[in-house]
Formats: sequence, C-alpha cells, structure tokens
Amino acid sequence: MTDKVARTRPESFFSDRFNVTPPLMERLLGNNLLGRVDDADIYLEYRVNEELVLEENVVKKASRHVSQGAGVRAQSGPRTGYAHTDDLAIGNLEEAARQARAIADRAGRSGVVAVPGHGRPHDLYTLAEPPIVTELARKLDLMRRIDAACRAADARVTQVIVSLTSEDVVMLIATASGWTVGDVRPLTRLNVTAIAEEGGRREIGSYGGGGRVAFDFYLDAERWKWFASEAARQATLKLAAVDAPAGAMTVVLGPGWPGILLHEAIGHGLEGDFNRKGVSAFAGRVGQKVASELVTVVDDGTIANRRGSLNVDDEGTPTGRNVLIENGILRGYMQDRLNARLMGQTPTGNGRRESYAHPPLPRMTNTFMLAGQEDPRDIVRSVKHGLYAVNFGGGQVDITSGKFVFSASEAYLIEDGQVTRPVKGATLIGNGPDALTRVSRVGHDLALDEGVGTCGKDGQSVPVGVGLPTIRLDGMTVGGTAVASSGAIRER
Amino acid sequence: MSVDTTLLTDVLARATARGASAADGFLIEEQSFSASVRLGQVDTVTHSREQRLALRVFAGRASAAASTSDFSRVSLERVVDEATALARVTTEDPHAGLPDPAELVDGVPDLGLEDHEGPDPTPEEKIELARRAEAAALEADPRITNSEGAEYFDRRAHYAYATSHGFARAYSTSSFGLSVSPVAGKDGEMQRDSWYTYARRRRALDAPESVGRTAAARALRRLGARKVKTTEVPVIFDPDTAATLLRSIAAAASGPSLYRRASFLFERLGSRIAAPAVTIVDDGLLPGALGSRPFDGEGLPTRRSVVVGEGTLRSYLLDTYSARKLGLHSTHHASRDGAGVSVGTTNLMLLAGPTNPAELIGSVKQGLYVTELIGFGVNGVTGDYSRGAAGLWIEDGQLAYPVEEVTVAGNLLEMFDRIDGIGNDLALRDRVASPTLKIARMVVAGE
Repeated sequence: MTDKVARTRPESFFSDRFNVTPPLMERLLGNNLLGRVDDADIYLEYRVNEELVLEENVVKKASRHVSQGAGVRAQSGPRTGYAHTDDLAIGNLEEAARQARAIADRAGRSGVVAVPGHGRPHDLYTLAEPPIVTELARKLDLMRRIDAACRAADARVTQVIVSLTSEDVVMLIATASGWTVGDVRPLTRLNVTAIAEEGGRREIGSYGGGGRVAFDFYLDAERWKWFASEAARQATLKLAAVDAPAGAMTVVLGPGWPGILLHEAIGHGLEGDFNRKGVSAFAGRVGQKVASELVTVVDDGTIANRRGSLNVDDEGTPTGRNVLIENGILRGYMQDRLNARLMGQTPTGNGRRESYAHPPLPRMTNTFMLAGQEDPRDIVRSVKHGLYAVNFGGGQVDITSGKFVFSASEAYLIEDGQVTRPVKGATLIGNGPDALTRVSRVGHDLALDEGVGTCGKDGQSVPVGVGLPTIRLDGMTVGGTAVASSGAIRER
Repeated sequence: MSVDTTLLTDVLARATARGASAADGFLIEEQSFSASVRLGQVDTVTHSREQRLALRVFAGRASAAASTSDFSRVSLERVVDEATALARVTTEDPHAGLPDPAELVDGVPDLGLEDHEGPDPTPEEKIELARRAEAAALEADPRITNSEGAEYFDRRAHYAYATSHGFARAYSTSSFGLSVSPVAGKDGEMQRDSWYTYARRRRALDAPESVGRTAAARALRRLGARKVKTTEVPVIFDPDTAATLLRSIAAAASGPSLYRRASFLFERLGSRIAAPAVTIVDDGLLPGALGSRPFDGEGLPTRRSVVVGEGTLRSYLLDTYSARKLGLHSTHHASRDGAGVSVGTTNLMLLAGPTNPAELIGSVKQGLYVTELIGFGVNGVTGDYSRGAAGLWIEDGQLAYPVEEVTVAGNLLEMFDRIDGIGNDLALRDRVASPTLKIARMVVAGE
C-alpha cells in the first residue's frame, strides 16, 4: 500500500506519473522564456508526509498528506515572475509559464541568460529504508515505549506526548541553461513532550531529534531513551526553578542547540537578499571585523544525514561549506542565483524554498561555530556571577536594526564559578553586529543540534541545523523578572 | 459563487464503502495573486492556484486523517484507502467521533465574506497600488533612505464541508491586503518598520498613500533608539502588540492545551483571571470581518462567545473532541488546517475601554510604550512571559525617545490582573484586535 516514492529517480518519477519529462520542461522554458529573461526555471515537487501523535498512550493523530505541484519562475534584472499550480497537467504548466513570463514583458528588456557553474550534486542521504516506508506498527510500538520510559523516568510526570513525523520529497528542477537535476529527500523528526506536576505547580519539558535518516536512527545507541529521559528531566527541573535574573551579565552557552545564537545574531543578516538591498545591519561589511578573533562560523549544507543538509539546493546548485566569519572577519554572504547574479557573486547553494508554492530565497543550511581550545569546565569556572544556558526555544531577529532574541528553556545561575540553581525561561537579547565581539572564550566541545530546527522567513519554513561549542559572552542582556539588588535573586 | 460538494460526497461514500463507520471532509480551493514593488520597480509577481482535500475517517472509535492536493481519481482513491487503513491500526478513543448531526449548521448565513464588486483589476493596476503605497513612504521624509518594498495581494477561496451522514455545506471568501516596509536611516543607524491594511472587500482597504505615510512615521520614530537601565515600570502595549497578548490567552483557553493540563488556565473556568475591566469576546458572525465564518471545521454554526467577562474566565475554546474530553460541549471553534482538526478563534477582541490612548500615556511618569515584540518567550503552561521589545520611553506623561534591545517580562496572569488602563481605540484590522493596554508594572531589562 505504501507509495515507495523514495526509491525512484526523480526524472522517471515525474515522467512516469505525470508525463512531465525533462524535454517537455526544457520546451516550456525554451519556447516561452529563453532569450527574454536573465534566468528561468521549472521546479516540480511531490511530497508525502506522515504524522503520528501518541498522547495518554493513545494514538491521537495518524495522518498522511500528499502534495504535488510545479513552480515556474522567470527573472529579469531584479524582477521575479513566479507562478505555481498543484495540477501538473501540461495546459496548467503552460499557463504558469505564461504568467511567470509576464514579468519579462513588463520589464521591457531582454537580458543575457546567466549561467553559473554547476558542480556535481552530493549523495548525503541515500537510505536503504527511508523513514516514510517503515511500517506503522514499528513506529507506534517505539512511541509507546517512549511514553512508558518518560513516565518511568520521574513519578512527577503526568502527561507525555510523543510525535513522529516522516517525509519524503521528490524534486526535479530544469533551468533555462539546460541543467536538469533532481533529488529525493527523506526527513524525520521525533519529539517527546512531558508535563510534570508537583504541589500545584505544573511545568513542560520537551526534547527530540531526527534528520535525513532511517527510522533505526532512533534505536541506535537507544537514542529514544535519551529523548524520553531528557523531556522528563527538563519538565521536572523547572518545577524547582527560581526567577531568571534581569539585566546585563556574563552568559555561558552550552554546546549544540544554543548555536541558535549564530542563526539569529548573524545568520539571517548574512543572507544575500538583505545585503543586495542594503537593508541588513551587515550590508557592505565583508572584510571587516564583526566578531572576536576566536570566532569562525560556517554554513555547511554537505554534512551527511543532517536535517539542514541538501544534495542540491532548490535551484539545482550543489550545496557547499561556506565560511561566513573567519577569525572574526566577515568573509561572505549566503546566496541564491538571483542575488548572486545581481551582486556579481557566485551562488553558494543556499537557494531554498518551502515548497513548489514558494519562490526560492537565500537561506541557511547547518550553521555552526568551529571549536576552540578551552575546557568547557574552565569557561564556567571563569564566571563569578552569570547565566549558564544549555537549551533554547525559538529565536527571532530584526535584520535591519540587527536586534535579535533567543529564549532559554533550560538555564542555571552561575555563582562563584559554579553552576547552581535552575532558573525559569528567559529571553536573551542582543545586537547582531556586536554580539560575537563579546565572545571571550570558546570551548573544544563543538556539537551540532539533535536535528529539530525549523527556520521561518517571509512565511516560508525550511529545516535547518545549528551547532556551537561552549562559549562565554560578556555583557548580554537577560530578560528575566528578578531585578538584581546587590546580586540577590528573588525566590518565589 | 456556488461550490460543488459532489467531489467531497463521492470521497466520503468511498470511505464508508471501504469500511469506515463515519467520515468527514473539508475542501479548500483557492486562487491568489501577489505583487511586490521595491524602490518603485516590480520585484516579484506571484500567481497561484491551490486545492486541498482533507479527510477524517472513523473505524468505530478509532480515527485517522489524510489529505491530498492531487484530485485525480487514482490519487483520491488512494487517500481514502490509506486513511481507512490507518484508522484500523490506531487506538480506540472513547471521545473520538463526529458532532451530533442535529447540531450542524442549518442554513449558511451570508456574512458578506466575498467581494462581488466590479471586474478584477489588471495585474498592472494592482502593482500600481503597491507602487503608490511605497512612494508615499519614500516621499514622507528625506530620512526614509531605503525600502524592503510594498506588497499587494488578493485571494479568493471556496470552502466545503461534508459528513458521511449526508451533510454538505459550502461558502466562499475573498481577501485583499497591502503592506509597506520602509527603512529610515540616519548617521549609520537603520530602522525598519511596516504598516498594512487587510480586508474582505477591495474597497475597504485603506488608501495606499495613508498606509505608506503611517509606515514611514513608524520607521522614523525608531531612529535614535537606545537601551534603558533595567527597571520595573508601567508598560503600555500599543493595539498591535496588545493583540499578541490576546493570542496567548486564546492558546491557553483552547481545548487541546486544557485536556493535556498544559495551560495556565487549567481549572480556572468561572474564576477571575484578569482585572474586572477586561472583557474578551470571540465573535465569528461579524459581517464582512476577516475572522468570520458561517460554520466551524466540523460544520457547527459559528457564534459569539464571551471568553473573559469582566475579568472572569467564562468560556473555553473547544472543538468536539476536546469538549468531550473535558466533559463540556463544543464551543464551535474547530478549525481545519489540512492536518486534521484543531481549535481556532474567529474575530478575537478585547473590548474597548473609556480612555484616550494619549491619556494612558499621560498617566505614566516613567515607563515603556511597546510598539514591537520579538521572540517566543511565552510559556503556555505557567504563563511566564519574557519577550524582546522595541518602543518609546515615557517620561512625565510624554513619549520621550525610542527604545530598543530591551525585554519585557512577567507572568500573563499577573499582567492581565495588573491591567489598569484600557484604550478607547479598538479597531478590527485583523482577526485578533485589542485597544491600547496599560499594565501597572513589568520588568524591563536592558543595561
């Protein structure tokens, strides 16, 4: 019964199922677009998504969604015409091509088709059994075991919600320069949420992971048990949390997911579109010092099986390992084809879209800081009074002013060089162009996150990764409720 | 325009033929257009056509959901077969099931949700609206130095709902919007802000020039922003930021959060959760309003609910399933998003108070007037609240200078309890709306 999409080659998939062949795609581009625009492409996508939710040890949700469609794009100068349809009949594709081309008619000029160099696509996530095809019974059985493990971890856990999503996307893109490339992208994510109660106080904790991996990823090294016990630990820990401090202080970030700092503080500000338009706080600053010399940050879409990785981006450009900041100096931006062309740069494999219904934008893949030399324990010991934050919820940035926030979900006070009491969630706020100049120590313990990140921009969500070694930041503003008076923290 | 429900009823018939004891389906078809203009030039023009059929199938008390955008016969049959097969392997749940057929909407009221006026303007005419809005922003002041552009969009959608008991109803909507995001610059500093207009009818949109000038004024007033010292002061939320506080209340009052005991409003029905001046209603029947709908995602007629009445929590927001779990009745707030049934509000409003917003500001000696919030620092289980903020500092009752890179923090229950001023400026510009709100004190963290 299962649609074994994942084992198909993208070219034959779309021609077998919809009669849309690469020659047909080239004809649509050639007849309608070539010679009148600077760039054009047709993107085909077929997506199967499965979502399972177990709650109160009962399957609350079991759903399967299929979506398909085509997006046709024509570009002339800075102008983009985009049309998409979820009906892959040839007449609809021709109509979409006509609508996209209207942008060129309005522009009233003919350009030269830009042909950036194409490299070979990577092979980062070929799986013997993609997670979407793994049988339901195995998935539900694991989810029930996770429920039991989470409850067993602590008697104060009163509710457990386990969700497992699996997805397969087949994409095929044909560009005006005659380059046709496809990709088959598996993706899965497991999430455990625990609610704990004690003495009338209730708290929530959640933990999870995933990637472009097989279902067995969750069984390897009993990763599922780790997710279950972490969710329980986070919820129960918060039952005893004191109010977070308020004001400027030294902050130590733990390894892994706290790399969301990089995503918000500098990542978005280094996306090509904002810099081409001159609306980013980092516009025109390549070659300048934007971080402490301890800081080197890369965006790397080529790491095998990672959530943020891609063999080719959604414009057909192979992804790369792009150095954004090297020893504190800003080295470059993340580019899609449009912004690379307009800025006279090379596409970096960062052109991504949520689906066929969205035109590509420059986006991050896996963004992380390279490891330093220090023992993380020494970094904590170096702080007299401060905050040690090891897990975060979401973050957000105002690209133009550079102000960004990210919200700690697991954090502790540092008192006299020791990690002491857990504090309630608090938002950290900073200014992108100077936040990384405050990095005074970098640990040797670089870790990537567990595979849970989703980034939103212009209403488009894409899976991403982040990573960080333990770092110390001096003078970050922490948005708690406890206004310090002579260093005392108010207990509730 | 009438909507054909035949496709849906055929799909439901196949589900029962395959052994489903009951099923319901929701169908959405939409067409949309958007055009963005930047610095007077067309930036991106998008045409789209989308359709989606979402199906929920019951095998006794076990259920499953499936959806597809492929309406070919083969694909629809596969979706039905997959959903019925899925339902057979999921667990029995005594609370699962369709609403009582007797309670489903009878006639579909005309709420004026669709624009019938005149022919559709050409793409060029639509682009011109965006161009005019951006031009007004760029011309407003020499310190408007750049722009992220202006965008016009329109959307027409048809919705149909049917059950395997033979119920089938449909309705159509339209919506139109225009937004502008100018950038103000001075001495190397850049500040962006935006403004928008959004309506069911094209003629109800604000004039492009007015949208552009308001956006420019909002960006300009942020120039010269600085941090303030960490302190505890009165905080005034402007209508748009105050509306985000209502969204947090609605999320905590929604059935799925409550039966999971994951809400700071758990077991609070009938108790005081806000200052006595606070009344929050959800009214899905307002003619021509953006959040109005004739029936919810389970075919139940929309109504006006008082969520908070004079400070007391009067009603939760429930769909059929969460209501049964809680031993209550659905409040007709089911919403369909393609991935099954969830809870959603319609037009959610905190009712206006008696005070002019300028008087609220005038009553504060030292405090923060919040115009923008960023980040996700809201804990729905405890109500703990900590978000990034930008706005204007209030000194001796006057807006004195812009503020940025600060956080505002507290607890939502304490914040609603401490509301000691409600503006008379409620305007339903979106699906959630609030007047200006003054909270007696919150912690502002900065330097």
